[in-house]
Amino acid sequence: MTVTETPMGFGRMHRKEDARFVRGKGNYVDDVNLPGMLHGSFLRSPYAHAKIVSIDTSAAEALPGVKAVITGAVLETLKLAWMPTLSYDTQAVLATDKVRFQNQEVAFVVAENHYIARDALELIEVEYEPLPVVADAKQALAPDAPVIRDDKEGKTDNHIFDWSAGDAEKTDAVFASSEVVVGEDILYPRVHPSPLETCGAVADFDKVSGKLTIYSTTQAPHAHRTVYALVAGLPEHKIRVISPDIGGGFGGKVGIYPGYVLAIVGSIVTGKPVKWMEDRNEHLTATAFARDYHMRGEIAATKDGKIRALRVKVLADHGAFNGTAQPTKFPAGFFHIFTGSYDLEAASCDVTGVYTNKAPGGVAYACSFRITEAAYLVERMIDVLAFELKMDPAELRLKNLLKPEQFPYTTPTGWEYDSGDYPRALRLAMDMVEYDKLRAEQADKLSRGEYMGIGISFFTEGVGAGPRKHMDILGLGMADGAELRVHPTGKAVLRLSVQTQGQGHETTFAQIVAEELGISPDDIDVVHGDTDQTPFGLGTYGSRSTPVSGAATAIVARKVRDRARIVASAMLEVSPDDLEWEKGKFFVKGDPDQAKTIQEIAMAAHSSLELPEGVEGHLDATTVYNPPNLTYPFGAYICVVDVDPATGQVKVRRFIAVDDCGVRINPMIVEGQVHGGLADGIGMALMQLMAFDEDGNHLGASLMDYLLPTSLECPSWELGETVTPSPHHPIGAKGVGESATVGSPAAVVNAVLDALKPLGVRHADMPLTPSNVWRAAQGRPIRTDLAIS
Amino acid sequence: MQITVTVNGESHTRDVEPRLLLVHFLRNELGLTGTHWGCDTSNCGVCTVTLDGVPVKSCTVLAVMADGKQVGTVEGLERADGLDPVQQGFVQCHGLQCGFCTPGMMLTARCLLDKNPDPSEQEIREAISGQLCRCTGYENIVRSVRWAAEHEAAAKAEVTS
Amino acid sequence: MQVPAAFEYAKATTVSQTLELLSQWGEDARVIAGGHSLIPMMKLRLARPTALIDINDVSELSYIRVEGGELRIGALTRHAELLDSALVEEHYRIFRDAERVIADPIVRNRGTVGGSLCQADPAEDLSAAFAAVDASVVIQGAQNGVQRSRTVKLTEFHVGPYETVVEAGELLTEVRVPIRPGGGSAYTKVERRVGDWAVAAAGAAIWTDAAGTVSNVGIGLAAVGAEHFRAAEAEAYLVGKPATEESFAEAGRIAAEHSNPVADQRGPVDYKRHLAGELTVRALRAAAARARGQEA
Repeated sequence: MTVTETPMGFGRMHRKEDARFVRGKGNYVDDVNLPGMLHGSFLRSPYAHAKIVSIDTSAAEALPGVKAVITGAVLETLKLAWMPTLSYDTQAVLATDKVRFQNQEVAFVVAENHYIARDALELIEVEYEPLPVVADAKQALAPDAPVIRDDKEGKTDNHIFDWSAGDAEKTDAVFASSEVVVGEDILYPRVHPSPLETCGAVADFDKVSGKLTIYSTTQAPHAHRTVYALVAGLPEHKIRVISPDIGGGFGGKVGIYPGYVLAIVGSIVTGKPVKWMEDRNEHLTATAFARDYHMRGEIAATKDGKIRALRVKVLADHGAFNGTAQPTKFPAGFFHIFTGSYDLEAASCDVTGVYTNKAPGGVAYACSFRITEAAYLVERMIDVLAFELKMDPAELRLKNLLKPEQFPYTTPTGWEYDSGDYPRALRLAMDMVEYDKLRAEQADKLSRGEYMGIGISFFTEGVGAGPRKHMDILGLGMADGAELRVHPTGKAVLRLSVQTQGQGHETTFAQIVAEELGISPDDIDVVHGDTDQTPFGLGTYGSRSTPVSGAATAIVARKVRDRARIVASAMLEVSPDDLEWEKGKFFVKGDPDQAKTIQEIAMAAHSSLELPEGVEGHLDATTVYNPPNLTYPFGAYICVVDVDPATGQVKVRRFIAVDDCGVRINPMIVEGQVHGGLADGIGMALMQLMAFDEDGNHLGASLMDYLLPTSLECPSWELGETVTPSPHHPIGAKGVGESATVGSPAAVVNAVLDALKPLGVRHADMPLTPSNVWRAAQGRPIRTDLAIS
Repeated sequence: MQITVTVNGESHTRDVEPRLLLVHFLRNELGLTGTHWGCDTSNCGVCTVTLDGVPVKSCTVLAVMADGKQVGTVEGLERADGLDPVQQGFVQCHGLQCGFCTPGMMLTARCLLDKNPDPSEQEIREAISGQLCRCTGYENIVRSVRWAAEHEAAAKAEVTS
Repeated sequence: MQVPAAFEYAKATTVSQTLELLSQWGEDARVIAGGHSLIPMMKLRLARPTALIDINDVSELSYIRVEGGELRIGALTRHAELLDSALVEEHYRIFRDAERVIADPIVRNRGTVGGSLCQADPAEDLSAAFAAVDASVVIQGAQNGVQRSRTVKLTEFHVGPYETVVEAGELLTEVRVPIRPGGGSAYTKVERRVGDWAVAAAGAAIWTDAAGTVSNVGIGLAAVGAEHFRAAEAEAYLVGKPATEESFAEAGRIAAEHSNPVADQRGPVDYKRHLAGELTVRALRAAAARARGQEA
């Protein structure tokens, strides 16, 4: 496991960024302290839906140390009370007319320090007139439901969109002619990514130069810059977004939150830098949630288990503002990849999005734009079918998985999977877990009254959005730039548009350059997270970094190599075509001693050497990578649990994960990414939940109630790998950042339900907390997204 | 009120409000930003520091309560001869990703190894069970602590042989 | 981050100094030890004491010893100290069981036995554990400058959720547990996740005679609305019955019947009531096995 030396390219390598982190020298947003900096804090709504009658800020303004109190009315005069969301909706920056979810932003205090700002919040008096609440998505479209978005002209209901994919007619026909049809209601409850660092920003507006510098917790600094320019009307070249070290993002730091905007407004109003850092309660209740998909799945098959078609209806709860962060043309994200890893005749889905009195968000948790929901749906439906057919779920999957010779494969809903060998991955996972032995153990245990479960999940992901002709966010095409400079002594600086939140970009991307140029990763600095220092690009989410910027990095390094070839040809006085490349040097064909290293070439490119045509000097290059297609990583997961039906307790005993993400640049980092996602799967399957009571009160507003898995719920992960390179990616790599989060929840849930199968339980919704497991075992499952009564 | 707190062996005297939390004292008064905070309810543990040698969650300790006491933070882990074996272990075994929980995890690991130089995987998992990590799934944190234990034992054996 | 409102603060080093400060600062002053319940409440500004009296340096309250046939535990004893105490383990294994599942190791380094009892959360594990072993608490106060002390049975200590008999100006100083050799004790808890408050929990201490008849038994319940954290009716039923699975099952049924849980995100009423019974049985079973020396 441990690494001893730096590889010249791909391979296990210690992370370059660790040197600062293990010394406590990371630089996160809250570590930014500027001279004269003030501190901002929000007053938030106690109600989920209420009219604002009046706001009195006079007592707060009078508190010594308070520098400004900003309300929606103040923002209205600046035309900043509302901002566009990433889904072409609008969101209140500060509430003006009414509040639409509990903990919505109502006023912003700027004070000398954080403690005074918090004190001042208590002195603001707001009179509310409570309104009826839509807390249950299933009631959102009821004829008498209160209209949440009456700010939108002519809006008379809570409907956001209807969206369909697949061939409904053909699907219906297959269903009509199928021997077996099974349906199930499946909820993917509202959860929250909850990285350990909450969201925050430090805004510093320089009145003299007109330059705004904003340090913020953002996964997409360039996109944020453009949005700020559009929202605030500031010239884009006068905006610099700096995303320093990020304490985890997982998708929750893609969108723009009112706090970022208020830090900017606060700095403009006071003339001082303003810091805003939300607390955990604010983070959980007001920044982007994820999922909240109420799904009805139907599966059609033959009696002997050949799956023919899938049909899905989804009710999508988007909260009070449609603020999902996803490619604009896909209002349900990539949910229509729900046919998963199987060879089907037909499939179709209908998704309806609705407003409710809950926080906005929806695509914000390592979900690859809703592929989590899709993978969970299909993997649950497969087990539901196996239950009905009394078939082993592994056998059922093996019977229906796509075969290697079917790639590239176009799915019934239009995705073109690039490469895969699915049966090999599943068989490897089954071998690792000793599947047959486990089934025997399970039967033996059951005969003694002990309940053990084995759950399988097979997922296919699609990651690395664009291409930009299909995928954009607010009109910004999903492509990313890279810029590579090679200094005279052969040391290099790579500048990227994507932004690490812990994925190790400073290491991995240096390894790609090393692989392409033969410069040691130790001699390559990776610069990111500063819009003044890096080329434009859409940022890191949806596992985009390796598929998009990894490709950009390889290509920009190849451009450098092409230039180096020409310089080397001048140095060696041969034609460029007579040179051959071996990692780190060009040599004359047939005469390996006649060689120039990349370092020698770099010096020559900066020297007085007469450079040949086509080289202006230096080796530096830039590129923009517009991906031709997504990459499609996949994996086979098996989870083993012990369940105590008398108490509902679940113990995850083993978890086997076989991932295929194509070529692995740094296997150590890949494995780390998988580990983290598997823990997410345990969390979502067993404990993480944002439920609401009928008044829209949040029931998971702290880490005492929104439970995240600890070291004791997680087993020691057992990883396996297969490698099926992506044919269209320059280095054959696929994204892996979200694979395990997408694939693992179904494995855990399937395992628990497999244990409960002898009790006749076919389905129960996440999270499978002790009470939910017990009630399911009693045949009386609980609806998990509402308050328990 | 005036307090004197010894942090990483260095004495600091400051005039503070009684309500100032220890984590803010360390970060804002002393500039030791290696100690993070992540929740308000002492659930996440990223604010873990040592108080008189024992790990505590500094978001739930008042700075005035540390008056006259010894506080240890991540900035004090490195030794004159290099990184603490725990710090090395986290680098060697990829025990961190975003780095946010890392300082607290390393301090707990240091205290654990001081009490129990050869902890089992289960003992390590129990020791860090009050600290959340969202990136690593804990696997490599456990391995990092084991690495530190093994290398500390090896180093000791070398000294005594 | 949430931060508390302003307050006055003083550090006490003795019990008498603490009582003096309490009387000086009046009823809006609070004693603080570990602070892991109080400080989060103050951050939410749900608790707003005008003054805090820090008793972390009142070393005379930090001890675990045997005296007068009782286990005596100072109020400032940290959870971690109770967990690690060989003396406690020798007499009552229920406490190691309970402490292992109270909060997490770091919180246990700071949180105190007295603080947990005085916080009186209806899901507090130690209240149930102490109820099972017939504990009493010593409460000290001062009247006209004269210190006085009273001893209250744990089963009379709680007045209601988050309410105890400790009055303004008083300080809980000690917990006393009568030592009764020959028994066994155990604690069992269902939680949504490690470190969470109990969905439900049960503790039991049991003594049997040579014939295997229950001579004495205590059953404590947390988080299920049992009056005074105790399953008194189940205890009454068991005395004089054989220590068998059948008796335990009936005791569990009685405990469930007399529990009065409320629904919350940890579970619905029927589940919690079921757990009151199920966990009572499991705690009794484990305690009885230990009494027989049959379980490690």
